[in-house]
Amino acid sequence: MEWEIVIGLEIHAQLATQSKIFSGSSTAYGAEPNTQANLVDLAMPGVLPVLNKKAVEFGVKLGLALDAEIGKRSVFARKNYFYPDLPKGYQISQFELPIVGKGHLDIELEDGTVKRIGITRAHLEEDAGKSVHEGFVSQSGIDLNRASTPLLEIVSEPDIRSAKEAVAYVKKLHSLVRYLGICDGNMQEGSFRCDVNVSVHKPNTPFGTRVEIKNLNSFRFIERAINYEVQRQIDLNLEGKKDQIVQETVLFDPDKGETRSMRSKEDANDYRYFPDPDLLPVMVTDAEIEAIRATLPELPDTKKARFISEYGLSTYDAGLLVQSRDEAEYFETVAKSTGDAKLAANWMNGEVAARLNRAELEFEQLPIKADDLVGLLKRIQDNTISNKIAKDVFEAMWNGEGTADSIIEVKGLVQITDTGAIEAIIDEIIAANPKQVAEYRSGKDKMFGFFVGQAMKASKGKANPATLNDLLKQKLAG
Amino acid sequence: MAAITIDEVKKVANLARLAVSDENACEYASSLSNILVLADQLEAIDTQGIIPMANPHDAIQRLREDTVTETNHRDEYQQIAPEVEDGLYLVPQVID
Repeated sequence: MEWEIVIGLEIHAQLATQSKIFSGSSTAYGAEPNTQANLVDLAMPGVLPVLNKKAVEFGVKLGLALDAEIGKRSVFARKNYFYPDLPKGYQISQFELPIVGKGHLDIELEDGTVKRIGITRAHLEEDAGKSVHEGFVSQSGIDLNRASTPLLEIVSEPDIRSAKEAVAYVKKLHSLVRYLGICDGNMQEGSFRCDVNVSVHKPNTPFGTRVEIKNLNSFRFIERAINYEVQRQIDLNLEGKKDQIVQETVLFDPDKGETRSMRSKEDANDYRYFPDPDLLPVMVTDAEIEAIRATLPELPDTKKARFISEYGLSTYDAGLLVQSRDEAEYFETVAKSTGDAKLAANWMNGEVAARLNRAELEFEQLPIKADDLVGLLKRIQDNTISNKIAKDVFEAMWNGEGTADSIIEVKGLVQITDTGAIEAIIDEIIAANPKQVAEYRSGKDKMFGFFVGQAMKASKGKANPATLNDLLKQKLAG
Repeated sequence: MAAITIDEVKKVANLARLAVSDENACEYASSLSNILVLADQLEAIDTQGIIPMANPHDAIQRLREDTVTETNHRDEYQQIAPEVEDGLYLVPQVID
């Protein structure tokens, strides 16, 4: 019998507020150490945390997008543990009464089927500071700029059954928080962090002991770390060393491609939560919830369905285009201005995506504006250039050489549609290749491609392909 | 009623990084147990349907607008720190 993999995820999304969750310090990334840590963040005696309104709003926003119960009365609790980058000795979090309760998120699997993943809860909490261990002898340096930055911890049910499903879930949630504008999703800077709980068991037997993999900061690492950890656990089971799988936290080492033990969870599990007396219960009224609901943008699933019905796109194309809100808006601009949604989708999911991929850039970093891509596609539509030449023009646009029209003009790429000019080229080729002409005329149809190639070469790729084909057929027929 | 043992006192002290001597641990165990005796009186009360109190004040949390109101006072704050370097607070080494 096969092993069943059971995965649950905890995702920490840093909320895109200007100030911290409990103080008026800035949350901007990359500042000089401790220049954004005030008396509240430093945990000086006598200070009081005051909750950021935006953080509550963002929590509710996500809850609504996950079709979840909204905690109309949520309570902050102290999660006690000792670590120097947590100067209070406790993290203010939510325990029994979080801002977001049970909800769900639908993910699409590779075969196109939709799977519903349960969301257990999402709660507001503050981030800790950062410890710097390098460069010090028997000391650590502490930077509290990140301390008290607002986080939303989103906890899934253990509904995920493979590394691929886990990645699909993380990508979907990543896309969702960015649609909502509640998190910038920057995984490199730690704005969107992933902890994965993994266990293996045989179907219809109790769940195995779970191991938590911490702080995975790329989609690729998530998949690799899960696959490694699953194999490790299966191997231990097969070797009869099941008792060596202990409930612990491990770190993934991307260089070695393996997980290693970080700390035993026994101690860490005893967080001695209790309601934080410095904070009162947070109440959210129905009217406030409805006001927030009214600000929700069109979400990826709805947008995807609309792209399919309104623009006649395939599920696959639509799915790719709605991954980011910017990309979806870009597509709509191009589709509307060119009046050809299929052409727009083909270019965006083809040339544009491939070029971004090659440059290892995100869609948001695309150097070509929607209106400029429209300029290029219009020249394909009016037969000024062929699709093939358009790719060269696109590359030039990418390199900042100008608009499609200026590049076409400067490089002399205007397509030859004049039948006389194309006929002249064909006549020359027929005259220069009598052997091939004879072969073609004796029934070797495959030779046709040879003539197309020669003619295209002679026209420097500028001959209109359809016209060339027609004329070539006529001329070769003799 | 559940009495607090000396081991439990030591465990909690360790979690909070408090140095508690054996002598004190014994005393704390009995003091803490007495507090529990007091709290145990609540067991006699029917709490069915009562929402657990999160705060003794009958009020709700006031919210702050999301604006940055603080400026950098690092140099002043770090004057009372035992040791700093390159803007970082230095602490005894912590290893995961």
